[in-house]
Amino acid sequence: MKDLRTIHVLINGMSYQRTIETRMTLADFIRHECGLTGTHVGCEHGVCGACTIHLNGEAVRSCIMFAVQADGAEVTTVEGLASPDGKYHPIQQAFKNNNGLQCGFCTPGMLMTCSAFLREYSNPSEREVREVISGNICRCTGYQGIVNATLEAAAAIRKGGL
Amino acid sequence: MKPSSFKYHNPQIRSEVLALLREQENCKVLAGGQSLGPMLNFRFVMPDHLIDLNRVTDLDGISISDSKVRLGAMTRQKSIERDESLRRLCPIFSESLQWVGHYATRNRGTIGGSLSHLDPAAELPGICLLYDATLRVENASGHRLVPANEWSVSFMTPNLEADELLTDVEFSPWTMPHGHAFVEFSRRHGDFAIAGVGCLLALDRSGLIKRIALSVIGVSSTPFRLTGTENDLIGYKPDDNALAYIHQAIDGIEASSDAQTSGQYRKRIARVLASRALEQASERAISAMQ
Amino acid sequence: MGARNVGAAVQRLEDDRLLRGQGRYVDDIHVHGELAVAFVRSSEAHARIISVDTSAAVALQGVIGVFTLADLGGLTLKPMILANPSPLIRHPITQHVLAQDEVCYVGQTIAVVVAENRYVAEDAAQLVQVEYEVLPAVVDARQARDPLSPPVHQKFSDNLAAKVSWKFGDVDGVFSKAPYVFRESYFQHRGVPHSMECRGALAQYDQQADQITLWTSTQSPFLVRRFIAQFLERDESSIRVVAPDVGGGFGPKAAHYPEELLLVVLALKLKRPVKWTEDRLEHFLATTQQRDQWWDVEVACEADGKVLGIRGLCVHDNGAFLPYGLLLCMTTVVPFPGSYAIGSIDITLDCMFTNAVPTTPIRGAGRPNATFIIERSMDSVARNLGLDRTTVRRRNYVQKHQFPYPTGAKLPNGIAVQYDSGDYEKCLEMVLEACDYTNFETRRAEAARHGKWRGLGVVSYNEDCGLPPYEGATVKVLPSGKLCVELGSCAQGQGLETIAAQIAADQFGLTVNDVVVKLGDTNSPALALSTVGSRVAATAGPSIHLAALQVREKALKVAASQFEVSEKDLYIDAGIVFVKGLPDRNVSLGELSKRLHASVGVLLPMGFTPGLEATAYHTPERAVYSNGSNAVELEVDIETGEVRLMNYWVAHDCGTVLNPALVDGQVIGGVVHGIGNALFEHMKYDQSTGQPVTTNLGEYLMPLATEMPKISVDHMESPSPVNVLGVKGAGEGGTIPAIACIISGIEDALKPLGVVIKEFPLSPERLLELIDEARTATAA
Repeated sequence: MKDLRTIHVLINGMSYQRTIETRMTLADFIRHECGLTGTHVGCEHGVCGACTIHLNGEAVRSCIMFAVQADGAEVTTVEGLASPDGKYHPIQQAFKNNNGLQCGFCTPGMLMTCSAFLREYSNPSEREVREVISGNICRCTGYQGIVNATLEAAAAIRKGGL
Repeated sequence: MKPSSFKYHNPQIRSEVLALLREQENCKVLAGGQSLGPMLNFRFVMPDHLIDLNRVTDLDGISISDSKVRLGAMTRQKSIERDESLRRLCPIFSESLQWVGHYATRNRGTIGGSLSHLDPAAELPGICLLYDATLRVENASGHRLVPANEWSVSFMTPNLEADELLTDVEFSPWTMPHGHAFVEFSRRHGDFAIAGVGCLLALDRSGLIKRIALSVIGVSSTPFRLTGTENDLIGYKPDDNALAYIHQAIDGIEASSDAQTSGQYRKRIARVLASRALEQASERAISAMQ
Repeated sequence: MGARNVGAAVQRLEDDRLLRGQGRYVDDIHVHGELAVAFVRSSEAHARIISVDTSAAVALQGVIGVFTLADLGGLTLKPMILANPSPLIRHPITQHVLAQDEVCYVGQTIAVVVAENRYVAEDAAQLVQVEYEVLPAVVDARQARDPLSPPVHQKFSDNLAAKVSWKFGDVDGVFSKAPYVFRESYFQHRGVPHSMECRGALAQYDQQADQITLWTSTQSPFLVRRFIAQFLERDESSIRVVAPDVGGGFGPKAAHYPEELLLVVLALKLKRPVKWTEDRLEHFLATTQQRDQWWDVEVACEADGKVLGIRGLCVHDNGAFLPYGLLLCMTTVVPFPGSYAIGSIDITLDCMFTNAVPTTPIRGAGRPNATFIIERSMDSVARNLGLDRTTVRRRNYVQKHQFPYPTGAKLPNGIAVQYDSGDYEKCLEMVLEACDYTNFETRRAEAARHGKWRGLGVVSYNEDCGLPPYEGATVKVLPSGKLCVELGSCAQGQGLETIAAQIAADQFGLTVNDVVVKLGDTNSPALALSTVGSRVAATAGPSIHLAALQVREKALKVAASQFEVSEKDLYIDAGIVFVKGLPDRNVSLGELSKRLHASVGVLLPMGFTPGLEATAYHTPERAVYSNGSNAVELEVDIETGEVRLMNYWVAHDCGTVLNPALVDGQVIGGVVHGIGNALFEHMKYDQSTGQPVTTNLGEYLMPLATEMPKISVDHMESPSPVNVLGVKGAGEGGTIPAIACIISGIEDALKPLGVVIKEFPLSPERLLELIDEARTATAA
């Protein structure tokens, strides 16, 4: 007998109601039930960070959470980072300016980690940025472009707000 | 790597959790999920019942009275790391938490989860040991208090029955001027500690040790408090002689080896860290007295 | 119009969709009715399969079917095709798509479950009962080489897959007469590729059209199509293979795998689309890796450090099968002599079977391994003769005036190895200046006063790129005016879309935003082979240029005819053809294209064929050679063995730089991969059971941001005469020297203790062991 629950989750401002197995991870729910494939699954054991989303404003790994745990919560994924008119979040623009991505697979997780971090820390040092992205693995860029991007985004946000 | 099926429960009140733990077989309690989630995905554990604590209303919170600090089991690591009052009273908590996992994992990870999972390299059990904390455990019939030095039974096995739940941790912060240090060595930032040493140290006006607490994590299968050595060091300077005693105690620990790291190396690192921790705690103890 | 895009740090076309989470990786693609697949994989490193009981699994609700090889039958019963066959291979063995009777590594496929979703599929896979007769397993290549070793495959009397030899010059003569011969043994281990996207594929069969479509996270769509067609005895035209967005490749996604083939078989059998998404655990078990190499090396030299010859033996861990032939073995030996004019080389490589997943090239392929040996040998000469490391290198480099430089070696395909262009000493000078080499000893002394052990590593390398024979390109001007570039080549993050657009756009005065680029689809009119070995920029790049040139020439001819002028009187700017001096006389490329498409009853411009498009192939016969020098400054904590990387410098020559930002990205990313190999990455196996031990990302350590130094990249350009653009390759040049550089730096830091390092990866614990050994030796 499958253990099913009906959940309501707000993702990027849109409401999703689905009946799902309770063992379905939040990552799989977002990707396959809600069709938002920007959030990526890289390891399914909470190490690589590719699946990072915002749950009620906080960066969390969606591969080691269950969708049922997000019932009634507000989720933001990479698809919800840019504003409704399509204008980039400063972190997205900064990644573009600084070669912060190559294959793009770790990128959504990086963007969600960094954007949450920048909401809490407005003037991070390079060391602090490296520490915060130490929970996200990238095999392509060597991290330097990502670090530069995050510092540039922090400066942009300090200057012009979000 | 998908988990096996389970019956999911997300009670909102504590008594429901305890009733489930009493009545159901093969349960797993879900706190922050940062350790259990991977284990479920790997199918290292396949519980019939998953009891999610995240909606229980009264299991989290930091309360500080003059002589006691109480941390609810579901208090997030992030909250502990950033609580200002706690940082003033017991700075070693926030200092050690910077080593715990990563930014995103601390948003979800809890102190109760860390204590119940009891990974040998976990920092929080080592810190609780330093403070001689009392762990409060409840089941459907009542509760009991477990001193921190009786909490670790063996490798990843706490003093917790199948029908019991850790509800909070309580300890008395040091009130006398003192120094603290927590130093850890791992391969990369956020990795499990190869070894870690926590130290609380109070000196008298002559610079002699008045009170000292030392705990070691990562070296053996459970966190280790150097109680015997601490007693021996009272009245002595925190110098190389004292360090020699501490090193001797560390050498006596039964150390674990695994695929990556030998027990001998862990002890060697712990000796180095003890030296660094003692030095830092001494400096801070001296400053605290000024 | 002069070039405006090539050479500029143009922002990437790929970025927008990837930044918005609109990338399309295999698992993102959904086809109506698709089913999920999970594999039953061997839990033994070596065993005979006694029985496979799928009954409980089949009965599970949501399961469509559970299949073993016997269940599939027919053509599936053959072993898979061996890519890159060679007469050197003594036992040309490949896997069956599902194990027949013997399993030879943990993770080898035994049965496949098809179900409604992956969760149920894994439930079912867990219910399949496999009965094994466990056989002895060998995972150490040296042990496999011992005549008394248990066989990796029951049917072979020994474990030698092939003996590969790379020999030229007068080796025996040189070694018998040389005043100095230094002998060392080395150990190397690369590890697991760990692209952030694991493998995966989706197969769909259109029964009406008898057409198979396979989306797969691959580096070689055309080769995958070829092997599937051969295996299933189908016409290639009935199979379409598409590489969508691919989240990193790094080599192993170039090979052809049983899972891909099986998905096609299942799609044909079940008449429903089937998808498989590899999870990280499977990636550890079943995606090819690079593992151990044990080297014994001798270097013959003069008293002044001039190296006369290198000879040695490499015992190489091949894994259980040969899906990719001997490519990794060849890329390990062929690079000798590297950046140096060393006329005598004799390397033997014993390619050994072991009971582990097969090994195939990982970023750098065998070149990091060869470079490690060559560079450590240079340092060994310097150390033993009391000479400066950079002096020894200068004494041995291929000199600027010697290019094109034939090394004296000949490839198996008969082509003589010849370095096309470069100034190796210049790159060394650039990096020595960048790292302030002259003042390093002062910095070392200052650090020592504070109890720190500081070291500097300096290495050089060169790299064969742009391997023949081709990657084609089609360039079209659509009637809409849009410029379209279609490549059969595929990408995994290199920015191929962008550089393709840059090259094409330059012929028409356009920007990259005016160009649409399509990649990685076997439906492409231009043929391609594989994105490996830093070969695509130097093969597809010139092809794009040639095709764009042909389109440009045709456009000019048609316009010249239209305006009744000579082509010399025309120029193209912003996609419009102008008559010089008469700006009102102009025609857009789109208009020209429309005229060349015409319509029923409408005549084409006189004398011209339809369309404004061209397909072209640059078909080099030889590789092109990038090169560079690297330096690293680091500190060793001799109490813990921890290495702190402070600064890393690269002087990089990849010929004409198409896009400096993209090259920097490749180099920096490559260096970090190399740092990972030097200090962190070790795929461990239990030596007695053959069980893989480090099977999660907590135990297998990938390089993270916190441990990486600042990496500075300095470019120089020695254009290659081999192609019209002068372009070489940049995908692996970061990784190839980085391992040797880090090890060299650590050894330098510990010079006062006399530590010599001949291995990687180097954990802090192992480093302390080496320090202890050196101290004991000194005391004795």
